[in-house]
Amino acid sequence: MIALLLTVFTPLAGMLLLGALRSARVAGWLNLALCALSLAGALGLAADVLAHGAVAGDSFRVDALSVYLVVLTAFVGLTTAIFSRPYMRYVHEEKRVSRGGLRLYHSMYQGFLFTMLLALTTDNLGILWVAVEGATLATVLLVSLYRTPAAIEAAWKYFILCGVGIAQALFGTVALYFAAQHALPDAAADGLSWSALYAVAPQLEPRVMSVAFVFLLVGYGTKVGLVPLHSWLPDAHSEGPTPMSAVLSGLLLNVALYAVVRMKMLTDAALAHSAAPALAGHLLMGFGLVSFLVAAVSLQRRRDIKRLFSYSSIEHMGLMTFGFGVGGPLATFAALLHMLVHALTKSAIFITVGHATHISRSQRIDRIRGLIRTQPAVGWGLLIGVAAIAGFPPFGIFTSEFLLLSATMRAWPWLTIPLMVGLVVAFAGLFRSVQPMVFGAAPPGQYPVRANMLPVILQLALVLLLGIALPGLLAHWLDQATQLITGRHLL
Amino acid sequence: MNPAAMPLLDQAVLVLAAMALFTAFALLAQTRLTAAIHTFAWQGALVAAVAALTGRASGDAHLYVSALITLALKVVLIPWMLHRLVRRLALERQADPLQHPALTLLAGAGIVVFSDWVAEPVAHFDLSATRNVIAISLAIVLLGMLMMVVRRQAVAQVLGFMAMENGLFLAAVASTHGMPLVVELGVAFDVLVAMVLFGVFFLQIKNSIDSLDIDRLSQLAEPVEDDARGDAP
Repeated sequence: MIALLLTVFTPLAGMLLLGALRSARVAGWLNLALCALSLAGALGLAADVLAHGAVAGDSFRVDALSVYLVVLTAFVGLTTAIFSRPYMRYVHEEKRVSRGGLRLYHSMYQGFLFTMLLALTTDNLGILWVAVEGATLATVLLVSLYRTPAAIEAAWKYFILCGVGIAQALFGTVALYFAAQHALPDAAADGLSWSALYAVAPQLEPRVMSVAFVFLLVGYGTKVGLVPLHSWLPDAHSEGPTPMSAVLSGLLLNVALYAVVRMKMLTDAALAHSAAPALAGHLLMGFGLVSFLVAAVSLQRRRDIKRLFSYSSIEHMGLMTFGFGVGGPLATFAALLHMLVHALTKSAIFITVGHATHISRSQRIDRIRGLIRTQPAVGWGLLIGVAAIAGFPPFGIFTSEFLLLSATMRAWPWLTIPLMVGLVVAFAGLFRSVQPMVFGAAPPGQYPVRANMLPVILQLALVLLLGIALPGLLAHWLDQATQLITGRHLL
Repeated sequence: MNPAAMPLLDQAVLVLAAMALFTAFALLAQTRLTAAIHTFAWQGALVAAVAALTGRASGDAHLYVSALITLALKVVLIPWMLHRLVRRLALERQADPLQHPALTLLAGAGIVVFSDWVAEPVAHFDLSATRNVIAISLAIVLLGMLMMVVRRQAVAQVLGFMAMENGLFLAAVASTHGMPLVVELGVAFDVLVAMVLFGVFFLQIKNSIDSLDIDRLSQLAEPVEDDARGDAP
């Protein structure tokens, strides 16, 4: 319990502390220290959950599924904080962000982490909604941090679209609570408690549950970046500060998908004996596949490097959604693994992109040239990161995509064809843009910048390790989460 | 279902909810910002009254608290903040006519029919009054969404957003006698923060493009993307 409190409430304290702190230099370090503290708590929590099963109490509940995302969130939060300290100072020195803006940035960075961790650890579906909405509120001012018209437009779009989406999710939550009142004896006390609902899920009214699920999927799906409600994502990623893009892609999308998966578990149990038992799964497969294909096509001929990689995020989120939709232990295991490796790889890529845009002083792909000549570390980082995200063999994404494809082959053989085509198209789109950025002739007067590649190396090494040999501990861990979602073990 | 056979309190709830639906249509068609803000305040008052009446009918004390929160937030605080912003940005006299009023209102009517159809499974529980209020609240939510789509004025979009919140609150009150208090407080807090952020945004938008017409915010449409934005890492 202490580990849980340490994990979740360190960022909350950090948000208040950094909001009051004036010194920008200290704020960067403090931000880092708070993230480290939160990660320590998360690791303690994970050890606890793995040894003794779910930790529950006081409307908190952490089981194998959530604790794995808690550790991932805290970890990516820490590595991005390592990157953001010098990065934001550089941005500040360039006079693109005022001192007050920097304070807002640090405070809201912690605020964002707090909402993410709260969403993952709470048992109450209402609090989950409040936390996910809170994540939008915490990040929206960061998207407009640079105050350019484009940034303000992106933030407005993000705010409005996610606000509308999340309102649908609240309606779904109300419908769920309505269904709960007719199944639970003491609905006022625990009508929104996920574990209480899951225990009585077969008695929840199936038709109300299917309506609720549709609203919840549309609502949280907006945050996952599912097509057709994805248009906020490339804008918010490209206009916000780069550390924000890293955590949005690496964490927010995952947490929204986590909410969808939790709802799917309830809906599946409630619909088990109805006319359409796999409704939730089919909806997820449909949305996932369409998002995947649309994003793969959109990856072609991008002109902004951060937009390029945000479309790649949509593509991968679509793939995971599809995996959870297929269901069954193998596909679920693959989707869980994919969540992990995608978050690590994508945040590493965004960190590298941050350095690359400093070198070339532009986000336009046709102005970023010859990275490997100018600064080999950044060039190699980008190249390896893209190889990993495109699904090249030694990396973890290859493993998860391979598992997902074989699960699809077993359950829906024909759907492997669009999946394969999409992967090839996405690969082509990524490499056509990345190849000249890395290898092209460097324009004169382009100099290396001070770059700390430690987070990138660490994350890509982890992804490589996960691709070569999945450690037994982690495999067991993911297997427990799979068992929780599907009711069956894979291993 | 025969409305006259229902208890008086249920009938009153139904009438108030129907009036809230009417205000949603009024919001949709209202071109003057100040009048739209007043309409929004009326909608909030109606929803708060529904909450209080439901509390009276069911004896749930916490519904009175929710009604008070709604009254404070949606009837007093948010309209007041919007008024101040409108005055500060000198928008009182600005009219924002709808492009296709007939089409928009027809779409609104379609939404009401659709909501009635979606709320149908609830009839399974044999709660006819509840079912109608749920259909109405869903219609209010979707009308708010429609308003955000068809209006180009930032303040009007915010009103649509807040009207959606009203519809959600009505749904929670009517179907489940309100969400647990923790959740309701959280939602109210989120709405309040959202309102403050909207205010910040109005000023930022006004400063950067000198207008609150959202149509001007279209630089991020892909073709012109590059020419418009130079070197912004």
